[in-house]
Amino acid sequence: MTSHDHHEMTVSSFISTYVFSRDHKIIGMQFLFSTLLWFLIGGLLALGIRWQLAYPWTDMPVIGSMLFSGEGGQISPEFYTALFTMHATVMIFFVIIPILAGAFGNFLIPLMIGADDMAFPTLNMLSYWFMWPAFICVGSSFFVAGHGASSGWTSYPPLADVTAASPGSGTAQTLWLLGVTLVGVSSMMGSVNYMTTIIQMRAPGMTIFRMPLTIWSMFITAILQAFALPVLTAAGFMQLADRTIGTGFFLPEGNVINNSVAAAGGGQPLLWQHLFWFYSHPAVYIMILPAMGMVSDIIACFARKPIFGYKPMVYSISAIAGLGFIVWGHHMFVSGMNPVLGMTFMVSTMMIALPSAVKVFNWLGTVWGGKIQFTTPMLFALSFVSMFIIGGLSGVFMAATPVDIFIHDTYFIVAHFHYVLFAGTAMAVFGAIYFWYPKMFGRMMNEPLGKLHFFLTFIFLNGTFFTMHILGAVGFPRRLADPYHYETFRHLLPMNQFMTWCAVAMVVSQIIFAWNFIYSMFFGKAVGRNPWHSNTLEWTAPSPPGHGNFDFQPIVYRGPYEYGSPETDQDYYPQTQPPPSTA
Amino acid sequence: MGRFWSIMFLLVPILGVGVFICAIMDETWPFINMWFPEDISDHGYIIDNLFNTIMYLTGLIFIVTGLMLFWFMWKYDETKNSEPVKFTHGSHTLEVVWSILPAATLLFIAIYQMNAWADAKIIRPTEMGPNGQEIVKPPLVEVVGRQFEWRMRYAGEDRIIGTQDDIFTVNELHLPVGEEAVITIKSDDVLHSFFLPNARVKQDLVPGMKQFVWFRPLKTGQFDIVCAELCGWGHYKMKGRLTVQSRSDFDAWMKASAASQTLASFIPSDEDE
Repeated sequence: MTSHDHHEMTVSSFISTYVFSRDHKIIGMQFLFSTLLWFLIGGLLALGIRWQLAYPWTDMPVIGSMLFSGEGGQISPEFYTALFTMHATVMIFFVIIPILAGAFGNFLIPLMIGADDMAFPTLNMLSYWFMWPAFICVGSSFFVAGHGASSGWTSYPPLADVTAASPGSGTAQTLWLLGVTLVGVSSMMGSVNYMTTIIQMRAPGMTIFRMPLTIWSMFITAILQAFALPVLTAAGFMQLADRTIGTGFFLPEGNVINNSVAAAGGGQPLLWQHLFWFYSHPAVYIMILPAMGMVSDIIACFARKPIFGYKPMVYSISAIAGLGFIVWGHHMFVSGMNPVLGMTFMVSTMMIALPSAVKVFNWLGTVWGGKIQFTTPMLFALSFVSMFIIGGLSGVFMAATPVDIFIHDTYFIVAHFHYVLFAGTAMAVFGAIYFWYPKMFGRMMNEPLGKLHFFLTFIFLNGTFFTMHILGAVGFPRRLADPYHYETFRHLLPMNQFMTWCAVAMVVSQIIFAWNFIYSMFFGKAVGRNPWHSNTLEWTAPSPPGHGNFDFQPIVYRGPYEYGSPETDQDYYPQTQPPPSTA
Repeated sequence: MGRFWSIMFLLVPILGVGVFICAIMDETWPFINMWFPEDISDHGYIIDNLFNTIMYLTGLIFIVTGLMLFWFMWKYDETKNSEPVKFTHGSHTLEVVWSILPAATLLFIAIYQMNAWADAKIIRPTEMGPNGQEIVKPPLVEVVGRQFEWRMRYAGEDRIIGTQDDIFTVNELHLPVGEEAVITIKSDDVLHSFFLPNARVKQDLVPGMKQFVWFRPLKTGQFDIVCAELCGWGHYKMKGRLTVQSRSDFDAWMKASAASQTLASFIPSDEDE
């Protein structure tokens, strides 16, 4: 072999190892890095929104000229609508869903069930690379006419359906639809793969009721995606057809928008809302269930105690998923949907709070009587419980139809879903990163810096989001470029300024995380296989695991949460450790 | 450090409840006027009370679970707790109890809300017809949303919308105090939402659909009409004004509007605001 050939080999092997890799761990990390970058972009978009709410129609200092140079550093009303649309789109489709399923699902599923890789490695690779056309479509929608899709992440027709309806309803909206549909294709590839892998490739002895709750939640999430996504994809194509080839699925007869008459009619704007929420309500659970699973594993590990009520936890995940399919109408109580139907959806929505409550009680039961180690991942996991209680309880208000009449589309709703998705899921994701980082990179993240990051994020997220409940009680509407236009809300400006500065501080605090994340990759403390003394299978593999994951065939003897078992002297009992009688 | 973190988690229920109490008292800095806006309708208090009922119930759970989390963190800190770990996989009894109690509470909340919902959205108000029978009350005014204004069309003396004596205004909704107002709402173009914060009324306007809202204003004055559903770049400025006035003032205003209208026939306004 000549040196020239050798050089060719390394380049191609570099590409096949790190770029078009079929190894689930590399794909997981590709998802992780991409989604963290989008997290930063989504956060900056949020600061744009917050700036406008605190200092309407004033130039945004420093980053204003960078972000909105076309607007001269000032946010125009049409750009404001693009800002909140893109903030939500980026956070939901490019951050939360792919970081949970794509990054952690990919990295953890084969490792935690004792498999050497996913069932379909090539499909897995494609599921990542289908994100890129989506990134490009949605990202480029900022740079075409209209500067960003601006019909809200819910993309309600006719606003989203008719090009003339709004500056952002042109090419930007078409690109947005293509992007979201491509994310769906990626998620579908992932979901088929996860289901097959979990059903078919578990290590000997890994019965379904010995699976860690992380795996259970990923499994149920994959099923949710597989059943709900086709509906969104179909609806997306219908809206695309309305926009490009002149169908009228979502347009009523004789609709005149901005002095332009729609070509076709005879459709129903509400049909989109039904189809959209039939996907997007289960998607809300796609965005929280994996976080719940990971939090359960982290809490059990650092309470040094078995998870309280393992089977009830599994059943409640399943119940949330099942009920998740019959509650979509609660987004539509005042939409014009038949109000009698609203009563049905109110009852089913109230019922879905029950399995969430059971999970909270079980987490409390797990912490009770343990020996808590206050590590950074544990603090994030406990804060997930604390914050999810707030987000869960505020959901009861809007499930109640008469109360929803008043608080619908106000900041009460904004408070609710930020407590679930940021204070809940994002905090759980931070915890999961700190927890599994040593497995991913073979090095620990810095603990004091991690705790500082936790402390600042926890304080400022509550400063930003808690007061939103109060604004909601005043009726402060969301999505207004200038709410102070209304006398009713004029006095809320100082409170919004306070919230904006908390949001700024929260984003700045993430610099600590970014530094810690990158620095530790090279200079963190090197660790062995099981730095946290955890039970589950991934901790028996080398850190980081090589190709094929395990250097021995894992055989599972027990459930994942046997911490503090009297059967053994140490305070943990790995799933692969043979029982004393057979040892 | 366990002590420090426990106290930080204790602050969640303490500050959370504190913020709500300050806001409800409505007079504590910085929460002045930061609770429900003034209620001018006959049914608003029902919605406010339902909100409060849920707030007390969920607040109780919030406090109890928050304190439990704090106490467990405080007590079972590894560095302070010398007892062995309570090795347990759960309790069937507890699971049953904490499933049935919330289920019953949630069902109670759902059923407790149903009458208010029916009164607000399903059962339209009635009045005595000419033959003494109860008939559905006809709408007083039709509100049509379009980018970015509210167009009002009053039924006029014949109480029928769509006839020659209709009276048109833009962004100005006047209602007589103390009388049940039935309003037809429609949209010309995209979705809008007719939101009267002070009357606890909200209903989306859907193009192609005709819907009704109703309430009885009990206080005179001027209030905001807010568009609460994203309707395009000018969504934020789709602002109307509700004026509640005495029957005689209302009649005089109707008469004046009708008079000015015959002089200069109605021209749709495309100006902002």
